[in-house]
Amino acid sequence: MTDLLYLVAVAPFTDMAGSPAFLVEVLLGGVFAGLMYSLVALGFVLIFKASGVFNFAQGVMVLFAALTLVGLLERGVPVVVALALTTAVMVALAFAIERLVLRPLVNQEHIILFMATIGLNFFLEGFGEMVWGANVKRLDIGIPDRSFIVRGVQINQLELTAALTAAVLVTVLALFFQKTRIGRALRAVADDHEAALSIGIPLKTIWVVVWSVAGVVAIVAGVMWGAKSGVQFSLSLIALKALPVLILGGFESVPGAIVGGLIIGVGEKVGEVYWGPLVGGAIENWFAYVLALAFLLARPQGLFGEKIIERV
Amino acid sequence: MIYREAGQFKTSYASDQAIFPIAQDRAVVLLALAAAFVGPPLLATEYWLQAILIPLLIYSLAAIGLNLLTGYAGQLSLGTGGFMAVGAYAAFKLTTAFPQVSIVLVFLLSGLVAAGVGLVFGIPSLRIKGFYLAVATLASQFFLVWLFNKVAWFSNYASSGTITAPDRAVLGVTVTGPSATASARYLTALALVTVFALVAKNLVRGRVGRSWMAIRDRDIAAEIIGVRPLRTKLLAFGISSFYCGVAGAELVFLYLGSAETQAFDIGLSFLILFMVIIGGRGSILGSVLGAVFIVLVPIFLTNAPHALGLRLPVALQKQIELMVFGGLIVFFLIVEPRGLARLWQITKEKLRLWPFPH
Amino acid sequence: MSQPAPARPLLEVDGVSVRFGALVAVNRVSLAIAPGEILAIIGPNGAGKTTLLNAISGFYHPYEGRIAFDSTDRTMLSPPDVAALGIARTFQNVALFKGMTVLDNIMTGRLLKMRGNFLLEALYWGPARRQELEHRAFVERIIDFLEIQAIRKTPAGRLPYGLQKRVELARALAAEPKLLLLDEPMAGMNVEEKEDMCRFVLDTNQEFGTTIALIEHDMGVVMDISDRVVVLDYGRKIADGAPEHIRKDQAVLDAYLGVAHD
Repeated sequence: MTDLLYLVAVAPFTDMAGSPAFLVEVLLGGVFAGLMYSLVALGFVLIFKASGVFNFAQGVMVLFAALTLVGLLERGVPVVVALALTTAVMVALAFAIERLVLRPLVNQEHIILFMATIGLNFFLEGFGEMVWGANVKRLDIGIPDRSFIVRGVQINQLELTAALTAAVLVTVLALFFQKTRIGRALRAVADDHEAALSIGIPLKTIWVVVWSVAGVVAIVAGVMWGAKSGVQFSLSLIALKALPVLILGGFESVPGAIVGGLIIGVGEKVGEVYWGPLVGGAIENWFAYVLALAFLLARPQGLFGEKIIERV
Repeated sequence: MIYREAGQFKTSYASDQAIFPIAQDRAVVLLALAAAFVGPPLLATEYWLQAILIPLLIYSLAAIGLNLLTGYAGQLSLGTGGFMAVGAYAAFKLTTAFPQVSIVLVFLLSGLVAAGVGLVFGIPSLRIKGFYLAVATLASQFFLVWLFNKVAWFSNYASSGTITAPDRAVLGVTVTGPSATASARYLTALALVTVFALVAKNLVRGRVGRSWMAIRDRDIAAEIIGVRPLRTKLLAFGISSFYCGVAGAELVFLYLGSAETQAFDIGLSFLILFMVIIGGRGSILGSVLGAVFIVLVPIFLTNAPHALGLRLPVALQKQIELMVFGGLIVFFLIVEPRGLARLWQITKEKLRLWPFPH
Repeated sequence: MSQPAPARPLLEVDGVSVRFGALVAVNRVSLAIAPGEILAIIGPNGAGKTTLLNAISGFYHPYEGRIAFDSTDRTMLSPPDVAALGIARTFQNVALFKGMTVLDNIMTGRLLKMRGNFLLEALYWGPARRQELEHRAFVERIIDFLEIQAIRKTPAGRLPYGLQKRVELARALAAEPKLLLLDEPMAGMNVEEKEDMCRFVLDTNQEFGTTIALIEHDMGVVMDISDRVVVLDYGRKIADGAPEHIRKDQAVLDAYLGVAHD
């Protein structure tokens, strides 16, 4: 019994203290993974904020963005043009989704919309595979996947760039929502569609704007992730991982998506490295979800969400 | 319908409350049931039994289970695969430890084990609602699959959590394991799903079903009427997990023969959920129709190009399947969010008036 | 219509306050309802009437004070427990199960009275089946009583507002309550519908002996059917007595006419 207690409650911490440089590396790895989750979650938050739809297809949109970009680059299209074209594709996708999926379902309950986005997810997966092929692709965006050593800690250049990009993107988005007119309109729409309509906010335009922005975020996430681990279809499973991030951070909070992503990313990595071996590893499969569950029990509205008071 | 309701007045509440109020409906269903028991073993090919009918029956059972929880009680669950896994592994452990116990009893017991697990994972449902509950059920899904994979005891120390159904017999006929014929497995699955579907139908039209639907529609009004939310929701989780557990056991013992933990992953949960959504939430018939749909679409997609003379590479076919699946789901949700069961109802009503339009 | 005050009130509210953070919605209100009485609770908007009803129903727990039903303290009970005691209610914004038919809504209202044996229900056999049919018979009597036979199989969501209110009343009656709390049962109805509803409320009180407390804005209705009236304003009780006295009470008139408050 005391052996078990020691293994669970003491040993991991002594391990951590024993090689602090390694600990920092693990933490950084967690931060990187966390930022990736955050980027995907960000896409969800944007769309949820504006249209109240939980777009399960966000994951596959990330994939689609990455696939399109890689496909264009492989065919020798210069990087800048490729990025522009990909953005255009994502915007077109946003239009199409709004027209074909969202508009017909505008009055339905959330679960119906959620189901529809899952259907969309399958469709885009099949479509993407059909158009671009099913094998893993390397995405080269000109940043070398090299590491340099700072005070005994290995830092990966690519990961650093990704982290910085994510940070910049988030700040820009946060400012956008708080300060600009469109941002305010988006918040109104998220709160109440009909009320927003009645004061003249062009719902359709807003939705297209938001889904396009989400598409751009998807591109960034796809590029970062694709550069790091190659573009493959397991990317669409990331959508599932974004769910616990959203639970922690709240479905409608941009800073929440970041904080939630970091908590999950770091938690997963640290848990896996220091406690994983005790139970045979692969804790990462369920850690995020169990963490989200525990959070929900304590705070059903998430870290940043608002308490829902039902009026009787 | 060729026959009408005219001249059939229900003179007692009993006949109004019956599952099939119209006499001819009852006759048709009984006939169909008899045909289902007799026909396929005599007439169907091995392929039909193995690839279509048996999985259809098993998925129907799982879909009924999930529909009770999500369609009737309104608790969204993405953890169906996990609960099916519990049933499968429980059945495996029970029958390998006690080979002399009847396999049907083993199935029932593993259902009970799954029900127990379902109760535990259902406890959060009092605090957590809607989407959030769906994420919570994901925790059970991923954790359970991981558990059966990592803890070798569950699969009797086989590699990657693989379990294999041993030969077991009922009334002298081998129904599971390598020596069981497809017909024997089919009849077992058919018998089980018939009984459980009837039980489910009885439950939903009585007190239990009403309290579920009250919670689903408006839990505040339900509380006012005296429905206790936790008890009602837990009952839903328990019964639903029982059904899914039995279905999971059947999946390995009557259909696949052997399976790894991967067979119960999140993909299975989504598959069953689609059956419920497309078939119709809150409908037992819908669960079956949904299963029929989901099983037949890939078969159709595999064979249709061939019938039309086209040869499609396997990969392309899979991609088209995905696209068709996804597209159909979106289509259904737009056109008839209440699913095939509702379409069936509308068809019947139209047929009542046919050939008049209204 | 007025009865001598009986020895034991059915419902006692004693110095109850309900707070939401710093906002005091109900401020030390005391009242008592005698068995078989019809009590009207009136007051300007925002006076705390619905909040008081919600506290009695168990949705809000009072910050201070005591609520006793049938002489048993039930201040901190949850809504299902309150329902089990024999208190039923209707809501301001009709809270019907919109997807169910009228019949199913009312049958669901009967849940409290349904004692279940799970196994028998699964088989729909014997006692379970008989029970179900008995409940159906009872519900049909309510349907006859409220004259809603024609719409039994209509989904509740499709009914006009006035009928929805009637169905909600039927659902509340299905539980055979001792005390019925009605939150603006006549709201949004035309003159005919109001007359019908008044008739039903009176009939319920007289035929079934149900004690009734209702929140109402229509003074005509209040004067016609209530035995006693309680007036709330800004969360406080400002008057309590027979209808004829209330209508002449100065404090009440001030409250409604909006005289400046300190």
